Amino acid sequence: MPLVEMRDVRKSFGSVEVLKGVSLSLEKGEIVAVIGRSGSGKSTLLRCINALETVQSGKIVVDGIDVTAPGADLNLLRQRAGMVFQSYNLFPHLSVERNVTLALKLVRRMDQAAARRVAEQVVTKVGLADKLQAYPDELSGGQQQRVAIARSLAMQPALMLFDEITSALDPELVGEVLRVLEEVAREGMTMMLVTHEMNFAKNVADRVIFMHEGRVHEDGPARETLAAPRTTELGAFLSAVLH
Amino acid sequence: MIREFSPADVVYLIAAARWTVLLALTAMVGGGLLGLLVAVLRIIPLRPVNWLAIGYVNLIQGTPLLGQLFVFFFGLPLFGLSVEAWTAAALSLSIYASAFFGEIWRGSLQSVSPRQWEAGAALGLTYPQRLFYVILPQAVRISVPPTVGFLVQLVKNTSLTALIGFVELTRASQIITGATFAPLPVYLTAAVIYFAICFSLSQLSRRLERGLHAAR
Repeated sequence: MPLVEMRDVRKSFGSVEVLKGVSLSLEKGEIVAVIGRSGSGKSTLLRCINALETVQSGKIVVDGIDVTAPGADLNLLRQRAGMVFQSYNLFPHLSVERNVTLALKLVRRMDQAAARRVAEQVVTKVGLADKLQAYPDELSGGQQQRVAIARSLAMQPALMLFDEITSALDPELVGEVLRVLEEVAREGMTMMLVTHEMNFAKNVADRVIFMHEGRVHEDGPARETLAAPRTTELGAFLSAVLH
Repeated sequence: MIREFSPADVVYLIAAARWTVLLALTAMVGGGLLGLLVAVLRIIPLRPVNWLAIGYVNLIQGTPLLGQLFVFFFGLPLFGLSVEAWTAAALSLSIYASAFFGEIWRGSLQSVSPRQWEAGAALGLTYPQRLFYVILPQAVRISVPPTVGFLVQLVKNTSLTALIGFVELTRASQIITGATFAPLPVYLTAAVIYFAICFSLSQLSRRLERGLHAAR
């Protein structure tokens, strides 16, 4: 059974239909880059998977949880599908350590000591062990985003969703975040990333999904699809991004 | 029987000011608890409840405090409930304060970015957990200046209770003026006492803000 299964998903904001019948599935361990123009529905697609957006019709099943069923346990779903945002969204009133331990303690019911050990472990993994007691506003954008990744990793999700996580960063800070992503990818995490980093998509992702006007326009192995697009829309998009 | 305004009168005024402070404190606690409820009812995603809270706020904010005082003091006895001046004053000031606190705190809660709600949701936190651990701590810091600003208003508004015969600073001033026929020194003394209370409040607010900032 695939980890994520979407069937004919439709989503509108007011009278604007953003997703016009999207179907796709994601196997465990797969790394999928979602690309496309702004407004093509790629971020919305991601946000529907962990139910930050509710869909008008269609079916989404994530790790056995029917997201679209009425009364679905969304808090459980979101523990299984972690998400990292473009704007980091760290909690500014909490230290790095407490940003990570908050959900461990409240959701996972870990005691202080156990939660701390997990925090130390994941924050070390993203290379910020010396910043455990720092507050978000004392960190650079790249560091904040690495903490956000650590915070999500700490919950041991089955799947991680990354929503343009390098788009708000200064160019010189993008590399450090992508290196952390590669590390997470190497450890076998199932990942779905909305990204504009075509090199990253080509080198790290197994698969590329090209969204165009609210539909999955192309879906195939990353290298081949990016090297030889089958549709003119993807060709035009790639030449616009790469040049 | 006209006598001079004497130091004993100043002592009497200061003693009366304790009722001003006590009344303001009561309204702060009562109004604060009720106001927190109003703020939460304003933001939870339940339309009818939101409307109820909005109606309450509009009713209280849109009518004069003096009128509310009279309703409690003269209105309740019509239903066979006899109320003392203190009870009527404490009740109406608490209700008055709750409407204003409710709106100040709702504004503070809503000024925390919706992305913070999302970040909490994305970690699997329940709605109350998001509210209490993520949003509230950030909102509290934002709300300190307007909250203290309203508290200062509240202290001064306790003077209206003189009109239902509650003996606080203003009513005491009226009594002494009646005996001394020296309104200027009496009311100037009262003004100094009001100022001392309100000034201490705003100083406290400054410290609180600095403290909250240091602790994030």
